[in-house]
Amino acid sequence: MALVEIRDVYKKFGHVEVLKGVSLDVAEGEIVTIIGRSGSGKSTLLRCINALETIEGGEIRVEGRQIHAKMPDLRQFRQRVGIVFQAFNLFPHLNVERNVTLAPLLTGGIGKAEARALAEDVLTRVGLADKIDAWPEQLSGGQQQRVAIARCLAMKPHLMLFDEVTSALDPELVGEVLKVMEAMARQGMTMILVTHEMGFARNVANRIVFMHQGRVWEEGPPAELFAHPKTPELKSFIASVK
Amino acid sequence: MRSFAFVDLVSLVTAVQWTVLLVVLALVFGAPLGLALATARISRHAPLRWAASGIIQLIQGVPLLGLLFFFYFGMPVFLGLQVPALIAVTVAYTLYTAGFLGDIWRGSLQAVKQAQWEAGACLGLSLTQQFFHIIGPQALRMATPPTVGFLVQLIKGTSLASIVGFVELARAGQVTSAATFQPLLTYSVVAAIYFALCLPLTLWSRSLEARLNGAR
Repeated sequence: MALVEIRDVYKKFGHVEVLKGVSLDVAEGEIVTIIGRSGSGKSTLLRCINALETIEGGEIRVEGRQIHAKMPDLRQFRQRVGIVFQAFNLFPHLNVERNVTLAPLLTGGIGKAEARALAEDVLTRVGLADKIDAWPEQLSGGQQQRVAIARCLAMKPHLMLFDEVTSALDPELVGEVLKVMEAMARQGMTMILVTHEMGFARNVANRIVFMHQGRVWEEGPPAELFAHPKTPELKSFIASVK
Repeated sequence: MRSFAFVDLVSLVTAVQWTVLLVVLALVFGAPLGLALATARISRHAPLRWAASGIIQLIQGVPLLGLLFFFYFGMPVFLGLQVPALIAVTVAYTLYTAGFLGDIWRGSLQAVKQAQWEAGACLGLSLTQQFFHIIGPQALRMATPPTVGFLVQLIKGTSLASIVGFVELARAGQVTSAATFQPLLTYSVVAAIYFALCLPLTLWSRSLEARLNGAR
């Protein structure tokens, strides 16, 4: 059974149909990269998996359970699914340690005594152990994004969603974030990412999903998909991002 | 007839305690009500938003004097209830405070980016936890200078209570002025006392603003 099962999902914003029958399975430990032009619905799909958006049709299952915004244990579900955004969304009034440990402390995962150790552990994994007492505004974009990843890791998620996490970064800061994600991939984390980083998609992902006009247009292993795109839409997309 | 003497100064300064009492009462009852209005204004439930918005509009649209008249003179007429002056003015100032603080705090809460709520939700936090640990603290920084600014307005606004016969600083000034026939001097002293009450707050507000602008 796939960890994430997306079946025929429809989503509208007002009169605009953003997702028009999307189906996609993601297996445990798999790294799936969603690519496509802006407006193709890839970020919306990602947000639907975490029930940040309500869907109008179809169903999404994670670990076999149907996901929707009204599910009674939505909060417990979200603790197991980490999502990282383009804009980092760190809490500016809390230092790095508190950013990382706020949710585990509040949701009863850990006590005050363990908080520091937890923060040290996850920050070490993103290479920022020395920034534990820093404030978000003192960090570069790349460092902030890595703290945002550490904040998710502190919840011990089973699945990580990345929504264009490097798009807001200066080019020289992209690498440090991708490196952290590569390390997570090696450790067997199931990851679904929306990205414009074709190099990352090519080298790290097990599978590429090309979305176009609210549909899964084409999918396959990166080597095959990039070398032999079947549809003219993917061909022109690959040409445009080269 | 006698002239303005030390005893008059003492009586004016003594009357300050009633001014301060009015301010304290207005804050004690008005601030929680204001917080309730502010949270109702940003609620997901539309009727709640409309109700809070209507109440705020009404309070802000009616002169403070109108509120005072309504509760002091109106209540006996409408409800047949003779309310003591202290209760009538407390109710009026409570609503006044709630209406303005509610709007100030609503603005501060809305000034925190929507993505901050979302970031909290994604970590599995409840709405209440998001409010108290993420949104509230950030809104508080923004709300402090305008809140202190309103406090200054409130202190000066308590002088209107004199009109319904409540003896606070302004009313004590009237009494002294009538007894001494030295209105210019008396009211100058009254004005100086108001100024002395408000100046530290204004300065504090200014320093807060400077500090918060430079802060995270």
